[in-house]
Amino acid sequence: MSTFWSWWIIVITVVTLLGSLWLLVANRKTTISGQPGADGEAPTTGHSYDGIEEYDNPLPAWWFWKFVGTVVFAAVYLALYPGLGSYQGLLGWTQENQWEESVAAADAKMDAQYAEYASRTIDDLAGDPAAKRMGRRLYNNNCSVCHGVGGSGANGFPNLADNDWLYGGHPEAIQATLNGGRQGVMPAWGAALGDDGVVNVTEYVLSLSDEPHNAAQAAAGSEQFAMFCASCHMPDGSGMQALGAPNLTDTIWLYRQADLTLAENIRATLRQGRNGIMPSQSDKLRPEKIHLIAAYVYGLSQTGTR
Amino acid sequence: MPNKHAIIEKNIGLMIVLIVVAMSFGGLAQIVPLFFTGETTEPIAGLKPLPAVELEGRDIYIREGCHVCHTQMVRPLRAETERYGHYSVAGESVYEHPFLWGSKRTGPDLARVGGRYSDDWHRAHLYDPRSVVPESNMPAFPWLFENRVDGSKTAAKMIGLRKVGVPYTDEQIASAQADVEGVSEIDALLAYLQQLGTLLQRKR
Repeated sequence: MSTFWSWWIIVITVVTLLGSLWLLVANRKTTISGQPGADGEAPTTGHSYDGIEEYDNPLPAWWFWKFVGTVVFAAVYLALYPGLGSYQGLLGWTQENQWEESVAAADAKMDAQYAEYASRTIDDLAGDPAAKRMGRRLYNNNCSVCHGVGGSGANGFPNLADNDWLYGGHPEAIQATLNGGRQGVMPAWGAALGDDGVVNVTEYVLSLSDEPHNAAQAAAGSEQFAMFCASCHMPDGSGMQALGAPNLTDTIWLYRQADLTLAENIRATLRQGRNGIMPSQSDKLRPEKIHLIAAYVYGLSQTGTR
Repeated sequence: MPNKHAIIEKNIGLMIVLIVVAMSFGGLAQIVPLFFTGETTEPIAGLKPLPAVELEGRDIYIREGCHVCHTQMVRPLRAETERYGHYSVAGESVYEHPFLWGSKRTGPDLARVGGRYSDDWHRAHLYDPRSVVPESNMPAFPWLFENRVDGSKTAAKMIGLRKVGVPYTDEQIASAQADVEGVSEIDALLAYLQQLGTLLQRKR
């Protein structure tokens, strides 16, 4: 803040404070002027409206001193805290250092706990109820928006509580997913397959998991599956975790919009492709927290419960 | 000497003038200096005026009243920085006219939402919030997926913003309409949301 604006604030603040104090004292009446009325009561101000008169009394002492007290409070406050322009106050308080102190106090309390958990393996932590509780809170704050409370998942967002994994379910894979994020890209095949091709491949994919399907169309689709799909989803449709290509032979479907049938969902996936992104957390969360979240998520699939 | 205050009390015009003068002291000391101090008028490093698509996305954000339920102001309190990230600083908002800090959180703060969730998540969530967050009470915004951005006023908006100090270049203004041509409202809104607060990072 420039010197000019600093003084601008100081002058206005001090003048306002002193001005109101002056206004109070200058207009203060300490004694009752005039003579008591005929009935012995205090004199009135002399004006009368609809027969209502006003006693000409001084300000009540409690009110007067309370007002003086607010001015004193203001003076003390302005001496201790920043308020008068660039003057920082005797306490040296700022919003930032108050925040830093509260962060440091919390860190001092929790760092030991985080360090202890960080020194243990994810597998070990997944069996520790206290560590899982801590991991669950971190998960609920940071992950549940997409993956659901308890890892239940949603259309397009993997269920984490089952034991079906796009990129592998061992602790290191989960931690790698959290740290680096994932980008699951399935290209759009609508143009390459054509309308009939999309239908046929869909029937073939349904046949892989023994869903109701049209056998003739599935047979026609198997060739195109081998040509376009098998390189990622493997010839038998069992998927490839290195690419995050889902297993198509089980009954777990990542993209399943509730108001469409399964076949319609698969056709949509084939036609327009999919682009599933898990944002990287390593630039957002400290490693100790990621470690705990990984333990919680790993624990979900190990027990099937929270 | 006594009853001098009666002069003011019996002259309502004079009283109004003096009340306005008395009230103005607060604003003169607390508000006016902020127009001229560096902390509030200098952009933080890397801050740029929103490109055309993001600018239109911001206007959709305003049109749909997002700011009524979502703040864009992470206060310097530990609980907030633990949940959202770095606290907001004044230099982030110097190109904001009007600012969208908000005053009421029905939903979470969005000041640092950029990059936090995938585009797919935002699409699913804006189309039907309960499809991804079952306990959400946010309204659905399905029309954003059908409507296209109307680019006829984009350039005029940039010219207006330039008049209040947002450094849009002539090239940006000239290509504004073409830049938003054919962009759906959901894409514009997502472009706006995904850049929110990304300049200041802090590990939580």
